[in-house]
Amino acid sequence: MAMIEIRHVSKWYGEFQVLSDCSTEVNQGDVVVVCGPSGSGKSTLIKCVNGLEPFQQGEVIVDNISVGDPKTRLPALRARIGMVFQNFELFPHMTVLDNLNLAQIKVLGRDLAAAQERSRALLKRVGLEAQAPKHPGQLSGGQQQRVAIARALAMDPIAMLFDEPTSALDPEMINEVLEVMVALANEGMTMMVVTHEMGFARQVADRVIFMDEGRIVEDATRDEFFGSPRSERAQQFLSKILRH
Amino acid sequence: MFSDFDFDVIQRSLPYLFKEGMTFTLTITFTAMSAGIVFGTLLALMRLSPFRPLATVAGAYVNLIRSLPLVLVIFWFYFLVPWIGQWITGAERPVLVGPYLSSFITFTLFEAAFYCEIMRAGIQSIPRNQVAAGYALGLTYGQTMRTVVLPQAFRNMLPILLTQTIVLFQDTSLVYVLSISDFLGAAAKVAQRDGRLVEMYLFVAVVYFIMSYGASYYVKRLQTRLAVPR
Repeated sequence: MAMIEIRHVSKWYGEFQVLSDCSTEVNQGDVVVVCGPSGSGKSTLIKCVNGLEPFQQGEVIVDNISVGDPKTRLPALRARIGMVFQNFELFPHMTVLDNLNLAQIKVLGRDLAAAQERSRALLKRVGLEAQAPKHPGQLSGGQQQRVAIARALAMDPIAMLFDEPTSALDPEMINEVLEVMVALANEGMTMMVVTHEMGFARQVADRVIFMDEGRIVEDATRDEFFGSPRSERAQQFLSKILRH
Repeated sequence: MFSDFDFDVIQRSLPYLFKEGMTFTLTITFTAMSAGIVFGTLLALMRLSPFRPLATVAGAYVNLIRSLPLVLVIFWFYFLVPWIGQWITGAERPVLVGPYLSSFITFTLFEAAFYCEIMRAGIQSIPRNQVAAGYALGLTYGQTMRTVVLPQAFRNMLPILLTQTIVLFQDTSLVYVLSISDFLGAAAKVAQRDGRLVEMYLFVAVVYFIMSYGASYYVKRLQTRLAVPR
């Protein structure tokens, strides 16, 4: 069953077309990696899934709800889709624990005790129990991103979106974040991940999408993609980032 | 050279100066600050609204107020508020407002325009993705503003908001045009009654200086303490 369906989505910034007729889908429990050169529209595409970026043409359906429909209550829909940003975007004026509690209480209506319990369980899971009373500024980048993942999971999402989750990290911190993501993938979470980490893609992706200039150039299973990408552009891209 | 001066007049009038005068000055300062920051924040949110008419109305108000001398605005409100009150309530005569209430309303509305610009800068200093992160968690616009953006904006802008309040504290002395006995007004009354202008105005200057400079020193210390790493 398709959890996320993207049908013929096009988007313009004024005259400039950022997305051209993009179509794909993510089945329940699947991990789909989106890659491509910078400016290819991959981040924009993933932000269309939870309506952070409006689009002018096409349809995005998440769990049978149309994101672009003006009648859709976006906050309610977004609460069910977790999102992790490149720069973590933890709320710097709150403790780590409050970052996790906030939306559980405000959006899901959990009481403080229930929210705390869930928050602590998730912090434990990402190995950061001890950091609960600290502020995000006191944590390393890798720790902040793990907190951000825990914050998204605290909403018990039906799917997770990752927008270049390791691009802002120092190399030695990338693995601790990827490990959390791999564990999540192995548990059957539906994931759409914009990343250049081809090792991650090789390990857990069910499908790989390659984008260039706002188009989905390649949409293949992992083995097909890494075995023999059909498009010349994807071959070039892969040879560039896999050379080292 | 001070032999002709009678500094005793200060001591004799101290209770009046502080109990009447300074009490009023501080009351109007803190009222206009609190209400002005609340109203100014709403104006700032309106100015930043993607809904055009709202942004235009707020922008016009702020630009108008900021382009007029305060004394003129005090006069205008004093004469206009009774008529506006009549128009709103549909009363037969202009509503009796009096100089005190009128001055509170004036300073609140006047300062709101300045606080608005400070809060607008504060809101714009918060990275856009903080808002996106709020939305992504399912928070509404109002919840995102209240819990994510405004607390950070307010914290970042606190030193500037307080500096503006120090200016407001000094500007409240302009209520003398409505013959209100604020700290300066009370001192002026004593000065004229006893013919001790130099002594009283010297004393007033010293008090304003100590309070304003003390407050700005505190703000400076606060600024270094608030500078937290993101």
